[in-house]
Amino acid sequence: MLVLQGIVDGILAGGLYALMGSGLTLVFGVMEVINFAQGIIVVLGAYLTYVFSTHIGVDPLVTLLITIPIMFALGYGVYALLLRPIKRDRVIMSLLVMYAVAVVIEGCLDIIFGGTLVQVHAAYSTSSIHVAGLEFSDLYLLAFGLSAVLLAVLYVILYRTKFGRSLRATTQNPTAAKLVGIDVDRVSATTLGIGVGLGAAGGMLFGMTESFNASSSYDLISRLLVIVILGGFGSVWGAMVAAIIMLVVEDVVAVVWSPVWGQTVFYLVLAAVLMFRPQGLFGRLAVRAQ
Amino acid sequence: MAVIQATPELLSPTEIDRAFRDPYALSARTRGISWTVLLAVLVMFPLVFTNPAVTSVAVFTMFFLLATVAWNMFSGYSGYISIGHAVYYGFGQYAVALLILHLSITSGVSELALLPIAGVVAAAVAVPVGLLVLRVRRHTFIVLTIAVMFIFQLLAFNFPSITGGSAGMNVAPPTWSGNDFNLPFYYIALGTAIIALALSWGIRRSKFGLGLLAIRDDEDRAKGLGIRVTRTKLIALVISAFFVGIAGGLYAIFVGQVFPQFAFTPFYDLYLAVFSFVGGLGTLSGPVLGALVLGPLQQYFELQFGATTLYLIIYGVLFIVILLLLPRGVVPSIADRYHSLLAAHWRRAEERRSRSGPATPSAVTTGEARTESVPAVPTVREGA
Repeated sequence: MLVLQGIVDGILAGGLYALMGSGLTLVFGVMEVINFAQGIIVVLGAYLTYVFSTHIGVDPLVTLLITIPIMFALGYGVYALLLRPIKRDRVIMSLLVMYAVAVVIEGCLDIIFGGTLVQVHAAYSTSSIHVAGLEFSDLYLLAFGLSAVLLAVLYVILYRTKFGRSLRATTQNPTAAKLVGIDVDRVSATTLGIGVGLGAAGGMLFGMTESFNASSSYDLISRLLVIVILGGFGSVWGAMVAAIIMLVVEDVVAVVWSPVWGQTVFYLVLAAVLMFRPQGLFGRLAVRAQ
Repeated sequence: MAVIQATPELLSPTEIDRAFRDPYALSARTRGISWTVLLAVLVMFPLVFTNPAVTSVAVFTMFFLLATVAWNMFSGYSGYISIGHAVYYGFGQYAVALLILHLSITSGVSELALLPIAGVVAAAVAVPVGLLVLRVRRHTFIVLTIAVMFIFQLLAFNFPSITGGSAGMNVAPPTWSGNDFNLPFYYIALGTAIIALALSWGIRRSKFGLGLLAIRDDEDRAKGLGIRVTRTKLIALVISAFFVGIAGGLYAIFVGQVFPQFAFTPFYDLYLAVFSFVGGLGTLSGPVLGALVLGPLQQYFELQFGATTLYLIIYGVLFIVILLLLPRGVVPSIADRYHSLLAAHWRRAEERRSRSGPATPSAVTTGEARTESVPAVPTVREGA
């Protein structure tokens, strides 16, 4: 029963990590930018929710209507101002720039909010539903549900709109996309906006499920990167599957052994998978031109 | 990575040779003098500036210098950008801390004798880590190195019986103290950095180094040409890890404390990578310049604003500005500027020579000179 409960918890929490990780992998797929700032962006989203819900008294869910546009603008602006000018060594230069952006945001958050751990509270934070002897926390159900909705919206954007087609074309071959008249820079900026917006939405849920401060971003980014590697870089579906596998492994290990070892065991799983599939579960191998 | 301008004329062998030579290379004499002057300045520095606050900044700068040169030996030459060298840094720190604790070493000199062991431990760790991460390329490699670094940080937290967990470990201080406390650290780090630099120079000129550069340019083709790519990359990583491990060991003894989050820190590689990039990735002098210019700046900000995280903001903004303004690194950018000035100088010399040619009638010469003076104006404006 404990194991079953662990699996249920893992799947529910995995949905949330899938939401945060999908932004990272989507951005990478389109423009080969490793967004190291995704961790701190989740925390920034959580802080924005915290400010709006505790100081203005809006329900955390409603704050999404404010935070997602703000964060979208942030992502769009970062691409237009900082990433677009990079011409050489894009992969590593953009990583270093995003690293620096993360450091700046972390510094700002730390100065404004200090190191105290905070948490976003709502009426449904502590209640839960019991079905067949299993406990379903309302909060995690909400997180899973909202993640599913947002990921469904992402699916519609990717596969049912003109922008989505431009985005997928850019992912497959940026040069060819440019040749058929796609404004690759605009698509990239919008994608970074979407990625950052997804991170912020994940941040609102993260802020409700766990207490956080600015340095929580390191734990987050390490988990998100691991999820994205396991899923295969650039594969949104891979990230979702990997997120759920990771959290299930972690929660099951936590209940049958010890919470301390949950994450470690997952890392061992990652190492084992990479031995046989270096490109991750759903990734493509980078061939030629190292 | 010589850039050859496409020219319609056939090049003479000397010209081809010149084109293929490193375009950034100064003459052997200029280089020799610069390195000697730099070495003399670095050797004399702590003897001239004896203020402990200054020398401790200098010590940290030397640690960075050592590690940046080592980092560049692998990442700069092979093109495999590692953001996980903190793994070897952390292992160097913990190796020294654990050895001092369990061997109950008290004398300062024998503490320093542990440094090669720290290097060997780090190099030994680099073998399995390298075998795992070197299976992938480009982005996946970069991200995997970060992930491995976080894994070891987590392990350091999770084995409190060995590492002391989040409480960290204390390292017994060396026996010497007082105003000259910093000097041994400074000179050991400088000496090791010089060894690393000499090795880096040797690698750059060796067949092994050519293999690394070939891997950077096109790994599949390098493989096709018979280079044992995995072995070449792994050896470079192990050498690099050895020196970074020594830097970690030095740091542990100097600071006297080891914590998981500072031993396996994501910041460390940000510094190493940015220092190398700013100086010029894959060059010999680039990492040296980057570490010597930005290292003290980093220390200064940390000392000045370290109480709050303001220094993070300043440093982050500084990095962004540098990366966007000098995307090619300082050394290549300056070299480019120098070469375009040199080219302009040659062009002017050529023009003068053709103008004062003996066969040209004087009337035509003045006419030519007049027309030529017109396009010369924008050149002057560019210079100003």
